[in-house]
Amino acid sequence: MAGKLKDEILYDHNHDGIDRRGFLKCMAWAGTGALCVMSGGVLKSYSLSRLPELSSKNAMGELNFVQISDSHMGFNKPANPDVAGTLKAAVDKINALSVAPEFMLHTGDISHLSKPEEFDTVDQILKSARPKDVFYVPGEHDVLNDDGKQFLERYGKGSKGAGWYSFDKKGAHFIGLVNVMNLKAGGLGTLGHEQLEWLEDDVKHLKHSTPIVVFAHIPLWSVYPEWGWGTEDSAQALSYLKKFGSVTVLNGHIHQTLQKIEGNVTFHTAASTAFPQPEPGKAASPGPMKVPAEQLKSVLGITDVNYVQGQHALAVVDSTLA
Amino acid sequence: MRRSVSIAVLTVALATGVGTITVDQKNILASAQQKPETTEVKIDNFSFGPATLTAPVGTTITWSNRDDIPHTVVSTDGVFKSKVLDTDEKFSFTFSKSGTYPYFCSIHPKMTGKIIVQ
Repeated sequence: MAGKLKDEILYDHNHDGIDRRGFLKCMAWAGTGALCVMSGGVLKSYSLSRLPELSSKNAMGELNFVQISDSHMGFNKPANPDVAGTLKAAVDKINALSVAPEFMLHTGDISHLSKPEEFDTVDQILKSARPKDVFYVPGEHDVLNDDGKQFLERYGKGSKGAGWYSFDKKGAHFIGLVNVMNLKAGGLGTLGHEQLEWLEDDVKHLKHSTPIVVFAHIPLWSVYPEWGWGTEDSAQALSYLKKFGSVTVLNGHIHQTLQKIEGNVTFHTAASTAFPQPEPGKAASPGPMKVPAEQLKSVLGITDVNYVQGQHALAVVDSTLA
Repeated sequence: MRRSVSIAVLTVALATGVGTITVDQKNILASAQQKPETTEVKIDNFSFGPATLTAPVGTTITWSNRDDIPHTVVSTDGVFKSKVLDTDEKFSFTFSKSGTYPYFCSIHPKMTGKIIVQ
């Protein structure tokens, strides 16, 4: 069925699919969203508008989870004076999915100013979501003033260092990384030596066929270093994941959806549930993008991820809140 | 003779006038040396303005955040560190020693600036 769809984009990686010449980029800017499935070195990409045609076959997987990001609770400026309302809308959207997601990932900037009441509000809203388990990594807005102490107390149980950890779900290995601590002047996001060592050790024992899902706040690839949209030492982290056939990297931070497929690695950023940010370099700064109220929900969103065991590919689907 | 007296008076008057102006200019110059042109650094569009500010010893610099996003002002060498500044919040620091003080926003480390104290 999928093969008959119009507008389907097929890229043949040929060879082993790791060749850099097979570098692929598929972008889905704010408000559009795309589903990307990579299997056996072939990428299929579908625009969000085609999802109803796909849902019966591809929306069902053995593992189905949702990524939300950048709720920025406490933000109340133009662009979105009601971030609690749009987070609730995201939860409604999640609760309306045909297959209940097993859990949620929150890729950081839960709060805007690291205030206890901001975290409390998010916790309260997420309680009404059908998936009860939420796995968090901090954004830079969650670790203000206290080096992340509060974040660790609230969300970091059982984590290592500044809050990194891993877990397994139905044969897939999930790794939550922290790249918002100890940022250096003029630099990008940083993982740091201790975390990199932990990561190397964490994946050492895994079979090469294990699907890997890495999630962190700041993109683990250079989206736009001029605006700090990248991570200094991400290349080293990714080098530990080269042996795996399927690696999916999920990030937030840039408040828009963006995807890139490079060899065995699919990079994906999620939209914010709070406010949009401009496309890289398309504005003077990465500050909040003000859009007319009626358009706001079309540039905010959630990400729904399906994992079909045995196919070694994850389907990543962005939905706007509109 | 009358004429030359007039000229002399005029000359004295001119000299006095010029003298007064000169003193005023000296005052202006002196105050300019005591105080830099600006003691405020504005945070706008994810940047510090001016990015480099030169000021005499004893100057108090105030940073004000005019962005919709919170920022911090953190000395690279650990000399000063602001709390998180939300929109329109300010942070001040008095520089009592000469030197070059690089700083950045610890939330958005691409934002950097420098205070030169002379």
